[in-house]
Amino acid sequence: MEIAGKGVLITGASRGLGAALARELARRGARLALVARGEAALAEVVASIRAGGGEAHAIPADVAAKHQTHAIAGAAASLLGEVEVLVHNASTLGPLPLPLLADLACEDLEEVMAANLVGPFRLTKVLVGQMLLRERGLVVHLSSDAATNAYPRWGAYGASKAALDHLARIWAAELSGTGVRFLGIDPGEMDTDMHAAAMPEADRGSLARPEDVAVQVAGMIGDESIPSGARIEALAWRSAA
Amino acid sequence: MKAARWPRDDPRSTRLLRVDPTRGELSDGTIGDLRSLLRRDDLLVVNDAATMPASLAGLTEQGTPVEARLAAEAEDGTFQAVLFGAGDWRTRTEDRPPPPRLAMGDALRFDGLRAIVSGVDEVAPRLVRLAFEARGAALFSALYRAGRPVQYAHTRDPLSLWHVQTAYSGRPWAAEAPSAGFALTWDLLLDLRRRGVGLASVTHAAGLSSTGDAALDARLPLTERYDIPARTVLAIDQARSRGGRVVAVGTTVARALEGAAANGNGTLAAGPGLTDLRLGPQTQRGVVDAIVTGMHEAATSHFALLQSFAPVGLLALATGFAEARGYQGHEFGDAMLILDG
Repeated sequence: MEIAGKGVLITGASRGLGAALARELARRGARLALVARGEAALAEVVASIRAGGGEAHAIPADVAAKHQTHAIAGAAASLLGEVEVLVHNASTLGPLPLPLLADLACEDLEEVMAANLVGPFRLTKVLVGQMLLRERGLVVHLSSDAATNAYPRWGAYGASKAALDHLARIWAAELSGTGVRFLGIDPGEMDTDMHAAAMPEADRGSLARPEDVAVQVAGMIGDESIPSGARIEALAWRSAA
Repeated sequence: MKAARWPRDDPRSTRLLRVDPTRGELSDGTIGDLRSLLRRDDLLVVNDAATMPASLAGLTEQGTPVEARLAAEAEDGTFQAVLFGAGDWRTRTEDRPPPPRLAMGDALRFDGLRAIVSGVDEVAPRLVRLAFEARGAALFSALYRAGRPVQYAHTRDPLSLWHVQTAYSGRPWAAEAPSAGFALTWDLLLDLRRRGVGLASVTHAAGLSSTGDAALDARLPLTERYDIPARTVLAIDQARSRGGRVVAVGTTVARALEGAAANGNGTLAAGPGLTDLRLGPQTQRGVVDAIVTGMHEAATSHFALLQSFAPVGLLALATGFAEARGYQGHEFGDAMLILDG
């Protein structure tokens, strides 16, 4: 898929991988609608993309909030005309330091599920209809190895990402043959604010840079030979082309 | 006909009254019957406009409460709007007090969003043009924060934007929902596609259904903008060449397609445009063969439009038939398909 000219919506785009992916896709000519809660940080990302000659629009919103879903979708559709690629990158760890499940407040689990699972579902639901009408579109779910491995203290986050992975597979199964594709991407351990918050003792030098992972994710977005429903580790992926 | 007071939990339970103008026959079913009523090479055309948070509660500079309902966005980014006086959604629009009289240059404030009156209709002063100070992404953020969907006095509770979107909505152009599409699930649409029924869309900026002013109501629908994708024009040509029928989902789709064809002197061209076409008993349709619509009451512009698909006598019979069987009317009610046998 040619990325130049495509309308792409990225959540969690003010920091870390989301911001790096926005810059990488802008460099490749995508037109971007960027969503994040942090208005100031988001404005900075938008300004840096525009300064480089790219097209980006800031949509300050919380993907976990049901009353903001249509605001995100409506603004993105108006500003881009068509959202052809949706990247679910926003996520939350829940309370820090990460607690044992036995100590996790029920409400905290619900909040993590709202941001990492239910919010992305709502946004896909309101954007996928247009993709189905046009018989083209791609929905990317950023996952984590915490979705497949049972790391102690990563209960809320890991369970939400495992559910998100499965949601992506079922979307793919139900909409097979419609021209709308779904991908799960595990970006691996990256040197981000989120990683530092979860594992402050980690050696940051040993972690991948979000900019390098963003190049891989952008490559996967452009590679239509990846079957819908696949879940891929970003750094292991090599273009078939 | 009894008004449906709330969106139904399961759109698949929407009842469908089939009206066959050729045979003069009526039959009772559910929306899923489209699977058997439509056939290979027919084309279903939907209006994919999302419903805007078009109702803004605000204050004049003098502190007088006012509600603005955005009717349409113009090319220059200003909005045509209808103003209402104090009161909330539980009061029928025709019972609301008139809005304060505003002049060019007056300012309105809606929860942090400021607008200047940049035009006032000569005949109906509640019909104004508003220029918002915010632009682009900032305007959308502010509109979605300050606005709510237009409310109806007959609903059980206030409506949220979730209650007034179709399953395929895109750009927020509609002041009120293109509600004939509420009955359509993707389960049904994908099934129709697998059976060879085409699916295409137009974007039509459906306007307000009620202004609270009888004289202004009589002018409805006001001029509305549409956008017809090139692939829709192709799909219509293909359906016709194969003997398929073009089925509009909702009166707004009929208005967009017939309006665009009228603008092109009978030829349907892709692209954006404006239409003030009013379809009625005398209209010769050039594009649309059949229509899926809600249950509309006599003496509305919708009902007049349906008379271009079926004679008024048959439509009156259909209304009685539906009422006797407990069909419900208005936005969240049941459906009717007018399709020649």
